[in-house]
Amino acid sequence: MDLLNLAIKSIFIDNMVFAYFLGMCSYLAVSKKVDTAFGLGAAVTFVLTITVPLNWLVYNYILKEGALAWVSDAYAGISLDFLTYILFIAVVASTVQLVEMIIEKFSPSLYGSLGIFLPLIAVNCSILGAAFFMVPRDYNIIQATVYGFSSGIGWLIAIVALAAIRERMKYSNVPAPLKGLGITFIITGLMGLAFMSFMGISL
Amino acid sequence: MSTETVAAKKSEALFSKRRKKIITDPLDDDNPVTVQVLGICSALAVTSKLEPTLVMSVAVTFVVIFSNLIVSLLRNTIPQRIRIIVQLGIVASLVIIVDQVLRAYLYDVSKVVGVYVGLIITNCIVMGRLEAFAMANKPYDSILDGLGSSFGYAWVILVVAFFRELLGSGTLFDIRVLPEAYVNNGLMSSPVGAFIIIGMIIWVQRWRNGYVEEA
Repeated sequence: MDLLNLAIKSIFIDNMVFAYFLGMCSYLAVSKKVDTAFGLGAAVTFVLTITVPLNWLVYNYILKEGALAWVSDAYAGISLDFLTYILFIAVVASTVQLVEMIIEKFSPSLYGSLGIFLPLIAVNCSILGAAFFMVPRDYNIIQATVYGFSSGIGWLIAIVALAAIRERMKYSNVPAPLKGLGITFIITGLMGLAFMSFMGISL
Repeated sequence: MSTETVAAKKSEALFSKRRKKIITDPLDDDNPVTVQVLGICSALAVTSKLEPTLVMSVAVTFVVIFSNLIVSLLRNTIPQRIRIIVQLGIVASLVIIVDQVLRAYLYDVSKVVGVYVGLIITNCIVMGRLEAFAMANKPYDSILDGLGSSFGYAWVILVVAFFRELLGSGTLFDIRVLPEAYVNNGLMSSPVGAFIIIGMIIWVQRWRNGYVEEA
């Protein structure tokens, strides 16, 4: 049950886009069509589900204070905490590269739909952000996986919803200077308002 | 001595017209936040108060300028295929420095800014400038470009923070400005306010310079 609660919380209440502004660059740039938005959302979910538990392992077995105790007792007092940023981004960038190559080899059809988005994802802040948020929350590895997956789903919902709205927006009469980016920001704000209503849910 | 002056005459002036343009373009016509849509994540997340926003702009300025400089110095030695990883490594090291300095000297602010300092690594402004400018230009020009881009970023987030703190808490830099009778507008301190204010800034700016995006 706890896992289900965690999933609902990270999809709706702590939504990556509306509560933390993560992954905004690609959220705004790739939300013109529902198809591509869905593709990118799926790729983000996929990569998050892999990288969050991976980074969990890196943090708990290499970086945390005393984490190196499994190598030798002499290292028990060492904390490599300050290397968190560089190691996390290295894990994310190399995982994305690896995932891209594996998909290309084994599933050309999946590569056809996700492939073009994968390079974009290495610099999508929601991936790195989820890893940073995981650290102070003391998840275990199963919770971390669920957290990664459901944050991805939350992001997917947000981008697909925005893309759907923007497809309809083409037919409406927006003031010229507000066209494109400006109105998209205001719509995102209004969507954020709608998502705020989930905050009342107690889990 | 004489040879040096001759060389200096041949080379471009320190602030030639072209170089001034490198600095001033990103402030308005080519603004990283409102025109190029880069670096939005952190632009919105830290702007509920002016103080963390100021710290964030200084941090981004530092990272952009120095990563631009370092990448520009190394631009002929970085292999094309692994350039993203190399760039991320350079940026991440600079961000670690910023983060450690903040934790040492501005602990309260660093708690507020928190993960968003770490997220400067994936801030598209940094990567965007490295890819688009520093990989192809000389070090001094790259520094100017970094300066221009980060100031373009800074003024937008400072304006957002100004309105959000003024209307959301009635204060500026934690000093009370509006009378006590003013009821704080909770919408402004929530994420929603940030989205709407930045939408408004884009509206005003594009109305002023006549830029229209093809929808």
